[in-house]
Amino acid sequence: MTYLDFEKPIEDLQEQLDKLRKIGENGKVNMASAIKELEDKMLETRKGIYSHLNGWQRVQLSRHPERPYTLYYISQLCSKFIELHGDRTMGDDKAMVGGIGTLDNESILFIGQQKGINTKQRQYRNFGMANPEGYRKALRLMKLAEKFNIPIVTLIDTPGAFPGLEAEERGQAEAIARNLYEMTLLKVPVICIIIGEGASGGALGIGIGDRVLMMENTWYSVISPESCSSILWHNWNFKEQAAEELKLDAKSMFDFKLIDGVIKEPLGGAHNNPEEMAKILKREIKKHLIDLKDFTPKERIDNRIKKFSAMGFFEE
Amino acid sequence: MAWFKRSKEGITTTTEEKLEVPEGLWWKCPSCKKTIPTADLKENKYVCNNCNYHPRINSVEYFWILFDDNAYKPLFEDLRPTDFLGFKDLKSYQDRLNDAAQKVNVSEAISVAAGLVHGHKLVCACMNFNFIGGSMGSVVGERIALAINHCIKTKSTLLIISKSGGARMMEAAFSLMQLAKTAANLTRLSEAKLPYISLMTDPTTGGVTASFAMLGDLNIAEPEALIGFAGPRVIKETIKKDLPKGFQRSEFLLEHGFLDFIVDRKELKDKLAEVMAILLQEK
Ligand SMILES: [Zn+2]
Repeated sequence: MTYLDFEKPIEDLQEQLDKLRKIGENGKVNMASAIKELEDKMLETRKGIYSHLNGWQRVQLSRHPERPYTLYYISQLCSKFIELHGDRTMGDDKAMVGGIGTLDNESILFIGQQKGINTKQRQYRNFGMANPEGYRKALRLMKLAEKFNIPIVTLIDTPGAFPGLEAEERGQAEAIARNLYEMTLLKVPVICIIIGEGASGGALGIGIGDRVLMMENTWYSVISPESCSSILWHNWNFKEQAAEELKLDAKSMFDFKLIDGVIKEPLGGAHNNPEEMAKILKREIKKHLIDLKDFTPKERIDNRIKKFSAMGFFEE
Repeated sequence: MAWFKRSKEGITTTTEEKLEVPEGLWWKCPSCKKTIPTADLKENKYVCNNCNYHPRINSVEYFWILFDDNAYKPLFEDLRPTDFLGFKDLKSYQDRLNDAAQKVNVSEAISVAAGLVHGHKLVCACMNFNFIGGSMGSVVGERIALAINHCIKTKSTLLIISKSGGARMMEAAFSLMQLAKTAANLTRLSEAKLPYISLMTDPTTGGVTASFAMLGDLNIAEPEALIGFAGPRVIKETIKKDLPKGFQRSEFLLEHGFLDFIVDRKELKDKLAEVMAILLQEK
């Protein structure tokens, strides 16, 4: 287990626990009550820490190296899944995955950014930063789902759309803009879920839906706290303050009505219990899919436009 | 996102420091360095009389260039920005808004007006780069949405003139959602079968490019405008190489298939009227 800086008290307690257990295993001294006491203390400490996380700590959890990624959830949720590749124009973007499958015997389409689980994989997946062909592949698959009346779930986890030379040549901006426009008009139900990082246009490019949800320990904003710090403070050291100012956490986003719901995570974050997290995610998706079936395609589209049109603050 | 540094001719200046709308009696062209009477420059539709350089101008100048007899109706001016989040970096957002309101003669990073262009009904939403770097916040998004409503109500063509560093960070996720809001509302204009022409000018980057600017029925641009998703500095830092000459300029985008044509500011009005006449089959 990798501990984050603010999890130091938990790490220390865990070390003590491990020691006690080892002594207990040797059998000479009965450690049962000491262990129990420490376990209780551990639970209290964890509850205390995780119930008062600030914005930057959420950002750290959203990037935890052991946090589950898109393909993990798909494998847990779908009894059948066929990954589909390519945008039919340029190539197959490894940072954006997608495919058709079944969720409790109902057909479904999944799309999402994919990060790598080790150094080699991280490079292969371009750190979850899609190129234009990734957004175009996503759109192609969404159109496929629409044609066969299959609901769409997008899992968002990206530090941003890739800011590369070829990405510009192939129209990164156009690819994202096109998705915003076309997703608005999709006739099938669309659920978008931030499962990790929701960085700016790169996240929004697969983020237009009837329901936009965020897992509890994720972030979603116009810019990463680091880049925000670098631009507005002219210095990389204000990322924690930037995270606070941006109010990029799930609860704030829900309070501002910029998202439609927050998905609870197991204590300590999704990586502490990925299987439990997948179960919660499945329940949420099913619940919203049932709700959305009550609307006609036209109602869903009108509601989508109305929802995004209502976002903003100004004086009149 | 909202601001970037650009280097041209070896000089790096932040976009905010750059000369804005030509003022005074004389204007010195930053490209050919020639000094030209401002009246002559205006007569030439704010294009350098000597080298055809297109300096940055704002909505007032574009409206003057476009609308018949300089007659137009400003719209949605009552809509004003507010610091809803209480955002504060080295300066508070409210202070930035106050400064902008004092320094410049426009009420936000976009101004909307309706009028006639060679007799064709046009609603023009034009960005003002001198208002917080032309950044897109809630007011920009709302004014565009309202401009679209106005087009539908009056059966007018929509022209958006983009000039922006991208989304306005000080409005956090609210600014991001303006990408979704503007794109969503453009679907309604399309349904009404009304033309939307997107004119990109120097510079058009970030969230503006990644939403309404790239969604025109026609995407057009002024010569040599910087147009892109990521700013050149960010790309350079990412790929750790120098960028090729002309990268992310209008001519580059035309070559890569993202623009319909490049239009000289002097010909903008005639060209627009021609496009409207053909698309709408109006004589
Ligand atoms: Zn000149």
